[in-house]
Formats: sequence, structure tokens, C-alpha cells
Amino acid sequence: MDRSSIIRTTAWLWLAATVVVLVLGFRQAIFVAPMEATMGNLQRIFYYHVPHAILGLVFPYINVAASLAFLYWRRRDPLKALSADALAVASAEVTVLFAGICLASGMLWGKPAWGIWWAWDARLTTELILWLLYVSYLLLRRFSPTGQTGVLSAVLAVFAAIDVPIIYMSIHWWRTQHPAPVFGGGADSGVDPAMMPAFLLNLAGWAMWGLLLIGFRFALERRRQLAEQEAALLAIEASLETPQ
Amino acid sequence: MKYARYVLDHLKKDLRLEWRSRDSINGMLFFVLLVVVVFAIAFDPASYPTMARQISGGILWVGLLFASMTALNQSWTREQRNQVLEAQRMAPSPASALFVGKALANMIFVLLVEVVLGPIFIVFFNLHVLGNAWLLALILPLGTWALVVNGTFFAALGLRARNRELLLPLILLPLSLPAVLMMVQATSGVITGDLDPIQIRTWITQLAGFDIIYTTVCVLFFETVLNAE
Repeated sequence: MDRSSIIRTTAWLWLAATVVVLVLGFRQAIFVAPMEATMGNLQRIFYYHVPHAILGLVFPYINVAASLAFLYWRRRDPLKALSADALAVASAEVTVLFAGICLASGMLWGKPAWGIWWAWDARLTTELILWLLYVSYLLLRRFSPTGQTGVLSAVLAVFAAIDVPIIYMSIHWWRTQHPAPVFGGGADSGVDPAMMPAFLLNLAGWAMWGLLLIGFRFALERRRQLAEQEAALLAIEASLETPQ
Repeated sequence: MKYARYVLDHLKKDLRLEWRSRDSINGMLFFVLLVVVVFAIAFDPASYPTMARQISGGILWVGLLFASMTALNQSWTREQRNQVLEAQRMAPSPASALFVGKALANMIFVLLVEVVLGPIFIVFFNLHVLGNAWLLALILPLGTWALVVNGTFFAALGLRARNRELLLPLILLPLSLPAVLMMVQATSGVITGDLDPIQIRTWITQLAGFDIIYTTVCVLFFETVLNAE
């Protein structure tokens, strides 16, 4: 078997495993996990909201690591730099997706629980600005001149990554309405052990799904880059053949 | 020392260019004046002094943020005429000196606008500052630098982009949101006198931290952006 067919088989197996984990997670979250004491069934959105929030904060690290790798390899090894750039754009797009789902599911929960869709609370605002930052990253990629997209967006990725902790600190200091951290908070934090399987299965399932999306987008971007290189080569060859 | 001389040369060049045309400062002054008038008409602050105190800090910074963005794009377009920027790229002086010089020049322009605007603002909004007004002398420069250092950097980053006039606010606004929060909170705290002095000091410290972090990152990455190919 050649390399591409191995990758294709792995991707299909990965997708199948993801679907299995997500189905198990759905069963646990909706049917098996006990009803929450005060919020009732409404709490079950927690199993989808929190994994997306966690992963939406993890994928930016892939983006900034790939961007730094791009800046490092840009002069030393341009081919490696191109794949780092593809990974950066893939992880940025999935970050926007996951942060967006986190915001949307949070609003769905906020309306019945708080009575309002949105509150300018520390964690909500932080997540919103994170989403805005990565949308502006994607816009910069769209607007920047050909040939400079990689460098300019990599620099912006570093700025955005530095901004996220600053935003978190400053806004946290400003106001907090969001429920206190469920995991690793005070003595009161933590969930009923019976809820853990639902949470962990969903976290694993959505992480696998996010990685699959990043891998798929990465492969797509690589194909686009290769097609671009081929077109450039053809253009050079054609210009050599024209009679002078 | 040599680096400081390069920075000073760039700063002098920018100041001289601005002195001859006075495009940026005049444009910014009139723009902020219009923003103040528009907001004054929209909110009628003179009749409600308490509300005026609460919102004027935010209005001041929003006006300055938008006004400085009109000037920031121009400050690099100047360098593009007659391929001056290409000459700068070939010059043996460090690229970041060009950036620091230009950021300082933009800072001076915006500070001048603030000096003229301050009294107008107080008159139009019927403001009576309740807190320690001298703190504003610290908050205004720190906040201005936070806007200008990132603004100058991203104006250079978007220099060769399609519709760069649109690109600058799209990148600069989300990135500056924490700084905007810090300076508006500190300014409003001083004007209303509601905020504890310790809280105001924390906002000012955070703002100074923001300035230091982003000045460092901008200086480190400017050469990469200038030579992006």
C-alpha cells in the first residue's frame, strides 16, 4: 500500500471511531447521566458546552506553534514551512468553529438559566474576543497580498496568542457572572462521579472530531499549495518555450 | 547609543514631514471634534452631568481610537512614495529603529490632539472631574502608546494588502480590546471618582504591562513584517 491509501484508511477508521465515541457520549449525556439537582435536564448542555470551550482554548496552541514553526523554517526549509502554514490555517478555522459552538451553546443555556442570552461576564467576553481574534486572523489571510500571507498571518497569530491571557486576566478582574469553575475550583467544585463518563466521552469524542477536521483541512490546504506550485512551474516552463 | 540616534533620526524625519504638510494632525483633530459633537448631540450630556461623567471616558477613547486609525495608515503611505520604503529596507540601520521612530512620532501627534481636545471635551460635556485629575496625565500617555504601538505595527503589516484601509481596524480593534477596557475603566474611574484608588492603580499597572509586552513583541517582529515576501 502506498502512503496516500494508508492515510485514507486511517482517516476512515478515525472517523468511524469518532462516531462511535460520540454516540456513546450522547447516550451517556442524554439518558444515563443523573439529572442535575437545581437545573434539571438543562444541565445536559454542559456535556457539549464544556468540551467545546476546552478544545476551543487548546487549538489556538496548535495554531501558534505552527506559526512559530513557519517563521523558523521560512528561510531554512521553505517546503516544511509551507506545511506548517497549512497546519496554522487549519487549526485557526477549527478554533473559530469550536469557539463559535461554545458561544452558541452557552447562549442556549444562558437564556433559561439566567433569563438573558448574553452577559458581559469575564469568561463569555474572553471567549468572544478569542473568536473575534481568530476571525480577524482568517480575514487577514483573505486580504493579504499573495506570497506574504504566511508571514503576515503567522505574526498576527503570535500577537493573538499573547493577547488571550491578557484578555482573560483583565476581564476576569473586571467582572464575573459565569458559574465558578466546575473542575479544579474550590472545595465545592467537581461533579457527581456518575456524570464523569458522559463528560469524558464527549470531551474525547469532540477532541477526535476536531483533530479529524484539522487533518482534513490540512490535507485540503496542502493540495491547494501543491496545485499552486504546479501551476507556477507550468507557467515558468511555458515562458521558456516561447520563441524569443 | 547608536540605536537611539537612528531612532531620533527617524523621529525627526517624521516630525519634519508632518510639520510641512500637517495632514495627519489636522485630519485627526477635526475627526475627533466631529466625534465629540456627534456623541454630544446623540446623548445630550450637558443636561445629565452624572451620565456625562460615566460615558465621557469611553467616548474620549473611542474617538481617539478611530482618529488615530485615520492617521496610522497615512504614516506608512508616506514611505511608499518614490520607493522610500525599499530604500529603508536596504539601509544598514536596524529595521526596528524605523518602527520605534514612527511609533514615537504618531504618539506625539495623538498627544497633541489630546492636548487640544481636552478643554473642548470638558466644555462640550460640561464635565466636572471628581477624582484625582492629575492621574489622567499618566493614563492618557499610557493608553495612547497602547493604541499607537500596535496600530503602527499593523498599519505596516497591512501596507501591501488589498483594501488596507479596511484591514487595519479589523485587526487592530480585537487585539486592542483589553487595552481599551483598561484605559476606559481607569479614565472613567478618575472622572466619576467612584473607583477605589487601588483599583485605578491596578488598571494603570495593567495598562503599563500591556504597553511593555506589545512594545517588545512589535520591536522583535517588525523586521519580519517589513521584509515579508
